[in-house]
Amino acid sequence: MSKVGKKLKKNMRDNPYLAAGLVITGMVLLLIIVGLFWTPYEPTAMNAKEKLSGISLRHPMGTDNMGRDVLSRVMYGSRITLFIAMGTVAIGAFAGTIIGAVTGYFGGMLDEVMMRIIDAMFAFPSILLALVIISIFGTGWVQLLVSLGIAFVPSFARIVRGEVLRCRNMDYVENARLQGVSDLRMIFVHILPNIKGVLASAILIGFNNAVLAEAGLSYLGVGSQPPYASLGRMLSDAQQYMFTTPSYVLCPGIVIVLMVLGFAFLGEGISRWK
Amino acid sequence: MKYIIKKLGMMIATLLVVSICVFLAFSIIPGDPALRLLGTEASPELLAQTRQQMGLTDPLPVRYLRWFLGFIRGDFGVSYNYKTPVAGMIVSKIPITLTMAAMAFLMTILISIPLGIFTAKHEGSWLDRGIIVINQIIMAVPPFFSGILITFIFGMILRLFTPGGFVNYTADVGRFVRYLFFPSVAIALPKIAMTVRMLRGSLIDEAAKDYSRTAYSRGNNTNGVLYRHILKNALIPVITFLGMTLADMVAGSIVIEQVFSIPGISRILLTSISNRDYPVVEAIIMGIATIVIVVNFLVDVIYRIIDPRIGFEDE
Repeated sequence: MSKVGKKLKKNMRDNPYLAAGLVITGMVLLLIIVGLFWTPYEPTAMNAKEKLSGISLRHPMGTDNMGRDVLSRVMYGSRITLFIAMGTVAIGAFAGTIIGAVTGYFGGMLDEVMMRIIDAMFAFPSILLALVIISIFGTGWVQLLVSLGIAFVPSFARIVRGEVLRCRNMDYVENARLQGVSDLRMIFVHILPNIKGVLASAILIGFNNAVLAEAGLSYLGVGSQPPYASLGRMLSDAQQYMFTTPSYVLCPGIVIVLMVLGFAFLGEGISRWK
Repeated sequence: MKYIIKKLGMMIATLLVVSICVFLAFSIIPGDPALRLLGTEASPELLAQTRQQMGLTDPLPVRYLRWFLGFIRGDFGVSYNYKTPVAGMIVSKIPITLTMAAMAFLMTILISIPLGIFTAKHEGSWLDRGIIVINQIIMAVPPFFSGILITFIFGMILRLFTPGGFVNYTADVGRFVRYLFFPSVAIALPKIAMTVRMLRGSLIDEAAKDYSRTAYSRGNNTNGVLYRHILKNALIPVITFLGMTLADMVAGSIVIEQVFSIPGISRILLTSISNRDYPVVEAIIMGIATIVIVVNFLVDVIYRIIDPRIGFEDE
């Protein structure tokens, strides 16, 4: 067995968080990856004869109020949720890192102005900021992705700025500066690789927040539009059938919880990695 | 004092930036407000006249100043859809949202601080480990999903409240508060989990420092060290977090109001967003942002009172 494999095996044994995180995330990813190629039914196919049926062999997660197979819809919906969450974090981390690194490194007037704007954006909780942007651009999954991405920029910018400020006057930076390294090279080749640990944990936490924010916003009906619904939207459609068909509400809800929980456990496990 | 004035100045600067951002964001949207207010059948003369009346022909800075001064005086303009002043539409809803956020905040403090102290005191015990895992799970449940589950369990099965049977505070304050209890729990749950986790970590960090060892060696018992020495220091980061949480709760209530069908700010905000009724959206957003900024300022002040070292180097 390879060295990494052995280390992983040892860690799995005395690090239950890592094991649980890998298993849960693996399950959710399996559901999504299989859903890319095959779903038990067409996610939008309706069947008037089988409305709101509970859990059965034919429908492992039951059917919804239009007789659509909930498992197929969950497979499709979790793909949308995952995709938007990943896109959100990608936009937020990319723009936030550049803004934070440049302002932190150069300081001065630019830094002062950018930080006031970031402070102003911090005055809006991310759901609200996303709602503002959506109210300007309109509803839909592209708008949701862009607005959540913008809403996630300030936290990344602030974290990276703090780290760059800390590194800016360290000896290795001073040393590189004496060797005539340009500012851009200094930021991207010398400083950023040194803060990748902090950035990685920020991305992991950001991903979970993004899943929760996406779910919340599509629950409010401003995300991807029916018939292709993301998990949050499915829950808001399902809510009124809670009493008659609990499976219709519980299944999409539990998948959201597992998605977030898996990554949370993974993060916890990685921080305890020996 | 100097510190507080400096923070006050920063608060006002942030408020100004926020208001400029909000104003600009809603000014660059294509579309003519006068046309929206009057409808497409209005005559060109009337349109021009209304535009004049609304001051849309003035340059942007003048319009901003007028809008901002109006906001300070509590005049938020007129709704495009309902043709009534925005202030009247919102003011009666504010107590609903604020009561809910306040109740959730109170629950968070009352539950998470004792629980955080308890888990830190019994660090490593099976109960502590169990609470950590439960915490992780609660943090992973989106508030609207726990809201749906609470409606199902406490509303439909145990019948402790009637889902959808909201009673306004103007009708019956007691039943109003009772109805808002369960939505507040849904908002508070993840915040409680986060605060417990934070306080626990902070307490354990502080307990490892030299001063707490000194306090032990001077003959204090665990409780003495904990309550007289460690707790105050450990609470400092938690207070910052609680300040941010209060702001989050006001925003989080948007989703929860929808789950429990409470006719609060959220419903107006969502219908106004889908109807593109911008004066209403602007007013609500500025209102929430103002609350957040003022809370952050208060947190800074409380911070300074608890820990006089903060901001000392600036003076």
